[in-house]
Amino acid sequence: MKKSVFLGTVAAATMIAGMGMAQEGSTLSQVKERGELNCGVNTGLVGFAAPDANGNWAGFDVALCRAVAAAVLGDASKVKFVPTTGQTRFTAVSSGEVDVLARNSTWTYSRDTDLKLDFVGVNYYDGQGFMVNKELGVTSAKELDGATICIQTGTTTELNLADYFRANQMDYTPVNIDSNAEGEQQYMAGACDAYTTDASGLAATRAAFANPENHIILPEIISKEPLGPAVRHGDNNWGDIVRWTLNALIAAEEYGVTSRNIEELVRSSENPEVQRLLGTTDDLGAMMGLDAEWAKRAILANGNYGEIFAANIGEQTPIGLARGLNAQWTQGGLLYASPFR
Amino acid sequence: MSDTHAETVSFVRDTMLPSAPPPATQAGAVHWLRENLFAGPINTVLTIIGALIIWFLFSHYWDWFAHSVWNANSLSECRQIILETWGEGARGACFAVIRERWNQYVFGFYPPELYWRPTMAAGLLIVALVPVLFSSSLTIRRAVLAITAVVTLACMVALGSPAIWLGFTAVVMAGAIFASERNLSWLLPFSMLYPLMMIWFLWGGSAWGPIFILAGPVLGWVAWRLLAGRAPMIAVLAGILVTLLFWLFLSGPAAEDAQRLLPMGIEAVRSDRFGGFLLSVTIGVAGIAMSLPLGIVLALSRQSDMFLIKSLSVVFIEFIRGVPLITLLFVASLLLNYFLPPGTNFDIILRVIIMVTIFAAAYMAEVIRGGLAALPRGQYEAADALGLDYWKAQRLIILPQALKISIPGIVSTFIGMFKDTTLVTFVGLYDPLKSMSDAVRASIEWKGIYWEPYIFVGAIFFIICFAMSRYSMYLERRLQRDHK
Repeated sequence: MKKSVFLGTVAAATMIAGMGMAQEGSTLSQVKERGELNCGVNTGLVGFAAPDANGNWAGFDVALCRAVAAAVLGDASKVKFVPTTGQTRFTAVSSGEVDVLARNSTWTYSRDTDLKLDFVGVNYYDGQGFMVNKELGVTSAKELDGATICIQTGTTTELNLADYFRANQMDYTPVNIDSNAEGEQQYMAGACDAYTTDASGLAATRAAFANPENHIILPEIISKEPLGPAVRHGDNNWGDIVRWTLNALIAAEEYGVTSRNIEELVRSSENPEVQRLLGTTDDLGAMMGLDAEWAKRAILANGNYGEIFAANIGEQTPIGLARGLNAQWTQGGLLYASPFR
Repeated sequence: MSDTHAETVSFVRDTMLPSAPPPATQAGAVHWLRENLFAGPINTVLTIIGALIIWFLFSHYWDWFAHSVWNANSLSECRQIILETWGEGARGACFAVIRERWNQYVFGFYPPELYWRPTMAAGLLIVALVPVLFSSSLTIRRAVLAITAVVTLACMVALGSPAIWLGFTAVVMAGAIFASERNLSWLLPFSMLYPLMMIWFLWGGSAWGPIFILAGPVLGWVAWRLLAGRAPMIAVLAGILVTLLFWLFLSGPAAEDAQRLLPMGIEAVRSDRFGGFLLSVTIGVAGIAMSLPLGIVLALSRQSDMFLIKSLSVVFIEFIRGVPLITLLFVASLLLNYFLPPGTNFDIILRVIIMVTIFAAAYMAEVIRGGLAALPRGQYEAADALGLDYWKAQRLIILPQALKISIPGIVSTFIGMFKDTTLVTFVGLYDPLKSMSDAVRASIEWKGIYWEPYIFVGAIFFIICFAMSRYSMYLERRLQRDHK
């Protein structure tokens, strides 16, 4: 008797667990049922993701979350931002705590394969650079032999730095730091000759200095840091949704679709590519389980890629990043959205 | 007799000499200095070194503090003001960041129109604590309650609290003052109920949830009552079982149904809106309130003669003490997600509170075990000799003495745990020290600010921890029964 009760309990538990697995199948239906997109973001990075004094999130990565929410749920505000640290970010994706991770994470081989993530695209092409004080008289990273360098531990930048100095047969003394704020402090206090991190971070850091003109960012970019949104392995349709939302934002810029002229283009555009993108011809959205106007809503949420860039990190903002590699392929950059067809 | 004296002694003084002032080296500031600072060669050297260090710190940093700016909207504005006021090359602290982001540091991302709710919760928390903390001194109680009432009500008015809750708070405060003057034990039911009320005030939502949670123990008590006459042991088990089953299976749906029939509640606030000191204090208070009873139970189990109970508690204590808190927090935030069925919404703050509580409880158990071990064996034997059963002996004789001995250790554990609440930064919660400060630095206005947030948050933590430590000293003095 007792044994059968025990076995029955086990069987019931297995069944419940099995049903749980079955439900896990579709992230899209989960998000729709929840009515909210869980988006993993940085706990605070200037220009990319930061909560303001009232807890409203804004930034370059945040805009992507909002675009996905607009495409899937029809409301750009239906996002729950889950702040993730460098340690928790990937586990948060694979454990299902977040549906999308838009946290300036570099797309690397091991993260894509070993960590069972799917990076669905690149929303910012970054690279590691150096900042030095002008008084040092250094104009190239090749002249940094023997320098002390402030470097954030546990990041890809640490490995890049070691690689670069070994390749150029130079020596350096690392000063290990824990966060960007600490790095700035150490650098300003003169604990290191050079500060190295992603070039976008360097620009933002320099912009916040009391005398930015006394510091220069050296021209060498020593690594490739393609930053992009990531989703869990195994739900390809959900990955497609995030990938094509990003592509829609990029393509919209390429075709000149902005949040201002979009309503007009829906009515009058003669360009078949734009018509397909905005859902006036061919119901592309249905192919991934969305409605026809998904891309239109995604673009309306914060504008196209160019508008998002300009509003958060572009040259008009205090951070003042140039488009550089992040220009459209037609402008000599790397942004190249696959065709909507 | 006196006559003979008068003849043999030529002079007898009949008045006292006026007392002379002590020698210059034995009184006043000079004496104090000699006694405390220059009492010997080693002492003198240490004093001089100490004075040099203080001078060094002062001379290096006084200008930074003296040039503090409190009114600015961004770091660059601060720098501009310092430049204009103190000239080229001057440096200064920019405490304007505290002023501008004060709400964020205190309430996190709590909806601003609801700031009065945590304020009310904090005020009523003090009321609930008064009968526990200040049971013996009417004067202290009166002062604490009066100040709490005035400050809470003033803050609530300033934060735009609705009149009904203002009235509620005023009534509770007046009732508390009345009870404290007449009979303090009238306040105890409020203290017992308050944890549930506090949860409801902070997170809001339907009022039926807490009501049905409360109904669990009531039903359990009824079950115990019905069976107590026949089989006491089974009655206790039945009571606990009824309570747990009710909580697990009935209270949730029942609360939902009741809410549908008769909507009653306040605006719900989600856990991701919590941050800053609100988060630290919530976790700290919950952890303190739960870890002490849990620690006592663990300490008693560890001393138990029953093998199973003893070994379970030893394993629990040693395991939890052997694992760093950060590991437990990671388990709470990440690992649990793998085990729970997908879509389960197990609140992250609740998970963290549970982990912090069991962590503190393991330390608490060892502190209290120390107190139990320090009691002379005679006390245990005396309790037995009086014919007291186990629980009565513990309650009336052993624990009051053991806990008194353990006060310094208990309070140390509390202080350590409160400071450990800042570690929640690693699981993506906005603690005031790191996450909140980093979030502030991530705004373009305040990027580049470094020391000011640390100094501010450190100062607040110091005030709270110092208050706890002073309270424990007061408690020790009050409970002193021997060596008078």
